[in-house]
Amino acid sequence: MEQAAKRFKRSRRLGKWTPYLFISPWIVGILLFTVGPLIFSLIMSFFNWPVTSKPKFIGLDNYSKMFTDDPQFYKSLWITLKFAVFYVPLSLGISLILALLITQHVKGVKIFRTIFYLPAVVSGVAVSIIWGWIFNTKYGILNYALSLLGIEGPKWLVDPNSAIISIVIASAWGVGTMMLIFYTNIKGISPDLYESAAIDGAGPFRQFRSITLPLITPTLFFNLITSTISALQQLTLVLLLTNGGPLKSTYFYGLFVYNNAFKHHKLGYASANAWFMFIIILLLTALIFRSSSVWVFYENEVKNKPARGGKGK
Amino acid sequence: MKTSAWYKTIIYSLLVLFSVYFLFPFIWIVLTALKTEAEVYQYPLVFFPSEWKFSNFIDAWNAQPFSKYLLNSVTITVLTTIGQIISCSMIAYGFSRYEFKFKNGLFILLLATMMIPWDVTMIPLYMQFNLFGWINTLKPLIIPAFFGSAYYVFLLRQFLMGVPKELEHAAKIDGANDFQTYSRIFMPIMKAPLTLIAVLNMLSVWNDYLGPLIFLQDRSKYTLALGLAAFKGVHELQIIPIMSITILMIIPPVIAFLFAQKYIVEGISGAIK
Repeated sequence: MEQAAKRFKRSRRLGKWTPYLFISPWIVGILLFTVGPLIFSLIMSFFNWPVTSKPKFIGLDNYSKMFTDDPQFYKSLWITLKFAVFYVPLSLGISLILALLITQHVKGVKIFRTIFYLPAVVSGVAVSIIWGWIFNTKYGILNYALSLLGIEGPKWLVDPNSAIISIVIASAWGVGTMMLIFYTNIKGISPDLYESAAIDGAGPFRQFRSITLPLITPTLFFNLITSTISALQQLTLVLLLTNGGPLKSTYFYGLFVYNNAFKHHKLGYASANAWFMFIIILLLTALIFRSSSVWVFYENEVKNKPARGGKGK
Repeated sequence: MKTSAWYKTIIYSLLVLFSVYFLFPFIWIVLTALKTEAEVYQYPLVFFPSEWKFSNFIDAWNAQPFSKYLLNSVTITVLTTIGQIISCSMIAYGFSRYEFKFKNGLFILLLATMMIPWDVTMIPLYMQFNLFGWINTLKPLIIPAFFGSAYYVFLLRQFLMGVPKELEHAAKIDGANDFQTYSRIFMPIMKAPLTLIAVLNMLSVWNDYLGPLIFLQDRSKYTLALGLAAFKGVHELQIIPIMSITILMIIPPVIAFLFAQKYIVEGISGAIK
């Protein structure tokens, strides 16, 4: 009797813990591989932490050195920003145009959907090799094609002026995921809306501006955040295409942090660099979230406020 | 329908134009890989190889221990996929089928971890794995997968939220305990989203470069991605073998994608909702 009662009690106690048991791998994982390292990295940023000798506490020295005594910090930051300014609008624009194209009701459109997505499944290593060969100054197909048109192409990866553009072109090759996100959103818009607009005489551009665009702003907003974050962290392509050159013109922030950590073995300093970018990303995300209420249009807002006529402006 | 014909022409022209950008680079590396050395460095460029040299692939494969790299890549890919399927399904099950204290807070924390840039954690992770004695082994690339991944948990949880509650009640009446309900009833239901995360995981692990770059040192431990990058770094001018290996490396993810295309498109729309 007593034992049965005990067992009952135990199983009930276990019952309370069951959900925690199910999520326990994540709890262990986040402590070991995410939050633990995150805190540790913050601590490291206050230390002079070489690989070979003992770490020494130096307070905010890493941060003050970064802001006042390391020109490369500002240069790398500027280069990364420049890249983001090119890459983010371009990738958003291309993926939106592609999504609009593959939602058209024309034959064979699914094949194009596959083609446009294909580069997104390819490793950064392969992307850099493929584009490195296309950009090749002497035997590259791109400049050869341009020469057939009578244009003398730039020296792409070899010229500091065009290297960053080359990386933008190679990066934008993988916009497939963003395209699919737009695609599913546009597919979900009720065809009735377009039909009644067509009856009212609205052409494709007008339909896009007054129906599609307002209804996809949440997705646009999501893609804007993710593509900005990924632009600020670009590393693989830079490492493999230019390794920061020529003349450090593509010495992206990610590469700056990577080299400080694993090439110059200044682990504390690199941690400070990484934390700075982390904070920038947090602020940017918060800023985009804040501003979103001004221009992001959510469908249920209309349902709540029918008086406003349902136009997102 | 005059406008319609015009409209279609414009749509098709744009579709074809973009296809050049997205597809032509693939065609071009295949054509390059099949040429002879002399043809590759010929100017004006020749488009098609005069003789299709498929033996280039075999020569390239044998130039480096690529079989070893392949084995490492396959080992990591298979083990992490198993790890993600087990761990993420459990975690998502816990988050979607139960009410418990701090549930919402923990779930927000899970979503927030997706925002953390990799730079911030990579240095301490390197030191931590060094402490564990895991550097230069495949462990840092495999073991974390057994503790779940935020994005995959999120995808599975979105799916599970749509499954009616009656299912557990029926299972409970039949005498199944919580774990049996999860493993015997819910695992089969999750087949589609689990296929999706398996494919997404395969793609990202197979293609990963930075992880292997930081955690592996010996050539014998290299993955295919790292081995290819190292090969390119040393033999910059041997364009034919480089292209051949690149093509071989691309084939598995492309096949995986073609098979799972439906799941990927549906999975992304599921995540948006």
